[in-house]
Amino acid sequence: MSDRVSGGTSAWVHCFLGILTREMLRFVMQRGRFLSALVRPLVWLFVFAAGFRTVMGMSIIPPYATYVLYEVYVTPGLSAMILLFGGMQSSLAMVYDREMGSMRVLLTSPFPRWYLLIAKLVAGVIVAVAQVYVFLAIAWFWEVKAPAFGYLTALPALILSGVMLGAIGLLLSSMIKQLENFASVMNFVIFPMFFTSSALYPIWKIEESSPLLAFICRFNPFTHAVELIRFALYNEVAWTSLAVVAGASLVALAWSVAAYNPARSAATFRALARNYTNGH
Amino acid sequence: MTLEALVEAGPVLGVDGVSYAYGARKVLSGVSFAVRPGQFHTLLGLNGAGKTTLISLITGLFHTRTGHMAVMGHDIARTPIMALTRLGIVFQARTLDPDLTVLRNLAYHGALRGLPPKVVRARALDILERFALASRRDDPVRTLSGGQQRRVEIARALIHEPSVLVLDEPTAGLDPAARTDIVALVRALVAERGLGVLWTTHLFDEIVPSDAVTVLHQGRVLFDGIAQELAQAGSLGEGFRRLTERVAP
Repeated sequence: MSDRVSGGTSAWVHCFLGILTREMLRFVMQRGRFLSALVRPLVWLFVFAAGFRTVMGMSIIPPYATYVLYEVYVTPGLSAMILLFGGMQSSLAMVYDREMGSMRVLLTSPFPRWYLLIAKLVAGVIVAVAQVYVFLAIAWFWEVKAPAFGYLTALPALILSGVMLGAIGLLLSSMIKQLENFASVMNFVIFPMFFTSSALYPIWKIEESSPLLAFICRFNPFTHAVELIRFALYNEVAWTSLAVVAGASLVALAWSVAAYNPARSAATFRALARNYTNGH
Repeated sequence: MTLEALVEAGPVLGVDGVSYAYGARKVLSGVSFAVRPGQFHTLLGLNGAGKTTLISLITGLFHTRTGHMAVMGHDIARTPIMALTRLGIVFQARTLDPDLTVLRNLAYHGALRGLPPKVVRARALDILERFALASRRDDPVRTLSGGQQRRVEIARALIHEPSVLVLDEPTAGLDPAARTDIVALVRALVAERGLGVLWTTHLFDEIVPSDAVTVLHQGRVLFDGIAQELAQAGSLGEGFRRLTERVAP
């Protein structure tokens, strides 16, 4: 017997649009989240980068053709930071939904679980990428400008990086048993990922002080997300970074879909399910 | 399809030999029963009997290889999409998004079932009118009373016009008036639409003598029949106690 959703392709589209609408409504309604998502990178740009400009000497490194201000260097990293926080915020929302019970509404939809998770992930990425463009627009007025066409070529890089970070967030949400544990995600995932990357300083600069740290930075997928965005903003493709980000996206996504599938990963799902049954 | 034809077509929900364990701890053991169309079927059991675990299995949240479950003849393990499409679910815990309006919550659920927004809106307005919630449709869910929120959850479960409605202790945490209201509402749906309803509870006063009852105790079915047979000469509570006291803890 065939097992298909009635209504054809449009049913899949309605499902995705429903998930996207809910993500956008939640984002807009949570004004604090909206503001902090924007203020965080702007504080880094206006305060941290302005202060660092004087102490940080930038040599000419690809994709830059000339010396660039520190603000210019740090902007792709801050764009990736927005995506990183966006991914982790979605992860937090998944854990919250699970504790509150609304995750059950999503998971009892007749659509396959992989589709629901990817739809949720993509919806989160769309919201996060929109935030990046608002940030880039403000940065543009701050005289941090990339080539005009770069804002377009950066879009696929931003989407792919957002998918990778969102998929990592999704995977984490399947591992976190309780909302209270989420603080450790900040300490053990977000901060290490951000600081051991090329977001704030070029890797050659890190290598001068610590070859080990530089080695770690090169293996950090977040570094590759930053570099992918940096090069794309200057109409170039960082092929190695593209491969790493695409590969990491696939691994994290496949893993998280498996973790959310009750048939294939009973142990993980049981941990998730514990909240569903109050003493069953 | 007429109610008579539906009855002839067999159970809307069939559970056959279902077992489940959390690690080494077995919580369900060979559970079997069937819900017929136009029937208010109660799954009666104390807290910890395994009711919510069974609901999690029926709704596809958990998976088991022991036994079979089918909605309108569609096996939940083999054809989950067909099965879930015909199933309406009201969970024990509140699962509405409290910040969204009533209508937005229903729209979200309709989208998750792949329904076009126009269809969802038309059905939602119709159901909300029927459930006396039309005036609250644009209010955020958090401003509604507990009983109203439950009614919205039942309305939501009906948006995709299911053949069977599964409700896991839907009156938990409600005041007596709201409880009576919810029970009456669901019984009306059974009578008017020929909907098959699986209603889990530990409250005897929610059951009437003509209801089908499955008693679940320590993960096993102790009784599967009509409520008045369970009550025999005494009350339903006495019949239940007689039955469960025979089982060693």
